[in-house]
Amino acid sequence: MSDTPLFDASVSFLRRALDARKISSVELASVFLDRIATLEPKLNAFVTVDRERALADAKAADARIAKGEAGPLTGIPLAHKDVFCTEGVLTSCGSKMLANFVSPYDAHVVTLLKDAGVVCLGKTNMDEFAMGSSTETSHFGSTHNPWKPGHVPGGSSGGSAAAVAARLAPIATGTDTGGSIRQPASFCNVTGIKPTYGLVSRYGLIAYASSLDQGGAFGGSAEDCALLLGAMTGFDKRDSTSLDRAPENYAAALAAPPADAAKPLAGLTVGLPREFFAAGMSDDIRVAVDAALAQYRALGATTREVDLPNAKLAIPAYYVIAMAEASSNLSRFDGVRYGHRAAHYDDLFDMYCKSRGEGFGDEVKRRILVGTYVLSHGYYDAYYLQAQKLRRLIAEDFRRAFAECDLIAGPTSPVTAWALGAMSGDPVQMYLADIYTTPVNLAGLPGLSHPCGFDRAGLPVGLQLIGNYFSEAKLLEAAHRFQQATDWHLRRPALAA
Amino acid sequence: MSRSDWEVVIGLEIHAQLNTAAKIFSGASTAFGAAPNVQASAVDCALPGVLPVLNRGAVERAIKLGLALGAHIAPKSVFARKNYFYPDLPKGYQISQFELPVVQGGAITIHVGEGDAAYEKSVRLTRAHLEEDAGKSLHEDFHGMSGIDLNRAGTPLLEIVSEPDMRSAAEAVAYARALHALVRWIDICDGNMQEGSFRCDANVSVRKKGATEFGTRREIKNLNSFRFLQQAIEYEVGWQIETIEDGGKVVQATVLFDPETGETRMMRSKEDAHDYRYFPDPDLLPLVIEPEWIERVKATMPELPTAMQARFERDLGLPAYDAATLTAARETADYFAATVATAGDNNAKLCANWVMGELAARLHKAGLEIDAAPVSPAQLGSLVTRIADGTVSNAIARKVFEALWNGEGTSADEIIEKQGLKQVTDSGAIEAMIDAVLAANQKSVDEFRAGKEKAFNALVGQVMKASRGKANPAQVSEMLRRKLGA
Repeated sequence: MSDTPLFDASVSFLRRALDARKISSVELASVFLDRIATLEPKLNAFVTVDRERALADAKAADARIAKGEAGPLTGIPLAHKDVFCTEGVLTSCGSKMLANFVSPYDAHVVTLLKDAGVVCLGKTNMDEFAMGSSTETSHFGSTHNPWKPGHVPGGSSGGSAAAVAARLAPIATGTDTGGSIRQPASFCNVTGIKPTYGLVSRYGLIAYASSLDQGGAFGGSAEDCALLLGAMTGFDKRDSTSLDRAPENYAAALAAPPADAAKPLAGLTVGLPREFFAAGMSDDIRVAVDAALAQYRALGATTREVDLPNAKLAIPAYYVIAMAEASSNLSRFDGVRYGHRAAHYDDLFDMYCKSRGEGFGDEVKRRILVGTYVLSHGYYDAYYLQAQKLRRLIAEDFRRAFAECDLIAGPTSPVTAWALGAMSGDPVQMYLADIYTTPVNLAGLPGLSHPCGFDRAGLPVGLQLIGNYFSEAKLLEAAHRFQQATDWHLRRPALAA
Repeated sequence: MSRSDWEVVIGLEIHAQLNTAAKIFSGASTAFGAAPNVQASAVDCALPGVLPVLNRGAVERAIKLGLALGAHIAPKSVFARKNYFYPDLPKGYQISQFELPVVQGGAITIHVGEGDAAYEKSVRLTRAHLEEDAGKSLHEDFHGMSGIDLNRAGTPLLEIVSEPDMRSAAEAVAYARALHALVRWIDICDGNMQEGSFRCDANVSVRKKGATEFGTRREIKNLNSFRFLQQAIEYEVGWQIETIEDGGKVVQATVLFDPETGETRMMRSKEDAHDYRYFPDPDLLPLVIEPEWIERVKATMPELPTAMQARFERDLGLPAYDAATLTAARETADYFAATVATAGDNNAKLCANWVMGELAARLHKAGLEIDAAPVSPAQLGSLVTRIADGTVSNAIARKVFEALWNGEGTSADEIIEKQGLKQVTDSGAIEAMIDAVLAANQKSVDEFRAGKEKAFNALVGQVMKASRGKANPAQVSEMLRRKLGA
């Protein structure tokens, strides 16, 4: 064995260690639990850490390994974003509204991963109801970026990204509605993938914007993401938007040796949207992204410019649709059956007002208000229908672009992690930072972000890869070849307790 | 101005609860009467993260109604969210259909009035759409609080909307009855109005005769019997006419009918109306109905009442009245058809007489529905056969029927045999009875000979009495006349 600390190791390394009985799952879980105990006060990446449950899971995994029945993830520790319902465990969605909600059932993703034998260390922090790009709207306080405490980890899956970056968990689940996996992955120097809409069941994923929400994976590398994503996908008849396709073995696709070892990406055409490289991104990001593209070319890929003329309309379209759906999705949080209910109220109406007024934070209220407005009589056509039209135009842009290239590449975010509070006075400024990620959700396409460098302040920069529908294997393979040739993804933040 | 100067305009919205075993989006049971919340699944309770999955059985029932009404079945329809807050609406929205309903258009023929005043009319349908029911709020037994029972939440409903084609309460009731019979006929709804399986909302307005614009309407909500429907509309029409004649104005509103007072009262005005913020439900894909699906459903459809009525007239030679009466309800039609299957097509009219006459009267007296009749169609059919072949007279047949009703035998033949009710046609036996009667009634014989026809009838009666009703009355009459040399 190498002298890599276990917490820094890849999933496949941990797999070999577990299978060779060099370490037990219980010991492995303890490594991460201890690390969480040390670093969590600084990072606040978790809402819930369930040590006993994790050790019980690990014990069961050890029994399974002993019987020779281990799968690729059996005994591997993981953290779930607190948006996924977990039976018997607090499922808060980062909100005071659900600060008392212990789910009576498991999300489909949670069931699949339990069946795979993963060890759940806990539930990660997130923007309240996944509404935000910084994890600052969480009822449980902000998560800090491991690269620079005092800075945001991105969001909404900021807890998962920070946990993987700080090696509090080797892998973590997330959800991505407008960039909520890719943007925190880029802010925290980890790899994150959001698959094609419909590939991961939304059953048990607390809805923000149903037509955009999609579960996905965080890992220290594309390889680790491939293992996790492969275990999360699969048809679920309880989700009407779930796609009935045979699951793919992404990890096996990466393991296959390339035809030309020197030029493993030969034949791959990478499209560079003119619109993504226009003004808007910082110079440091441009430098890092250009260097990454040069690396892709060095690996055999060719790059060419493509056009996404409607991509600039993604932000208004995204926020109209997401907020409209959110305003309806969050109606169920009324204090009647579960969740927060005001202690004192005069009548039914007052109970609704006070329970929701107290239970929701400002950003959630803002989005419910805007969403309610755009669906209102007289405004529906001008906002909601118009946004749906833009959505079709954006999907059509991608369709045309993919006639000319295999993948699209560009920056994940126009900015790197900002200081806590820096954007909170101007929500629109924060919304605009989602410019490169939201078009992907609107079109329902898969997207991945992988580390590609750092800015002058030492904050990570991510490269986004966008693929055509069901091209997850292609995305992961491209990122994997890049990571075999580079070490950006292996850089670790200096963390002292 | 008199009432006859006004024209009444009525359109109905009827919620028919579909008789699927499972709810429309959750798979939980729809059975009525369970303890509160026992039949509320995670989806029905709208727990965080749950999702709806459409029950195709509910769609199939909508297709059946569309076929029965001759309506357009939309190849693509869309489920939408109707957003409003209420404690028994767990998601804060109802999944319904708004812009693109599954059934569009169609018409139904209604029969209004009786006797010479009876007439037929076709009422057009606007649409029928699928939606889920809400739960129930329980306001008693909770000491100033309310209880919520979500057993009913998610029960499939078909909301059937008519055009404003009805012009009186009687027409509205006839329409509701026709639709009620139809949904039961095609077996998509049990029609149980007490349990709320078939609920009516009536949109009522009045206008001056000859006016081209509709008056302002008020909607009477949740009428759960035909009687209440009639009473509520009649009251509402009177109130609207009076209001206008007194110089007032009808304001668009939703009203409730109070069966205690027989009056309608305002629930909310248009100003208070909700903005439901309908939008397509992103959790459900558009409902696509391929022509093959419609064909498969069509193959399972029973013969429709109008077709069956025509067939009864054409093939069985029934009068229109009989054919219409027998096809007014599926159970009656089924019973009649089974009776004819035993008795033969040639005896169809006789079967019709018995089903509409003796059987209907006896059921009414006993307060039973036809599908619970103690006399089976096969039993009645065999009895009709025995009347037709002269084994029993109509009078004796009624005795056999009564015996069958009371379970005194398993078949008409068994009762006729056991109770010795077979008609006597042996002329020797009848002649002996005649001779005995003539000998004992010399006075009547004399009177007959003196020209009193009534005396003859008395003698026939005596012979029939002597035969305990079993002699063939026509045969007795003929032989008696011969004996008396008449």
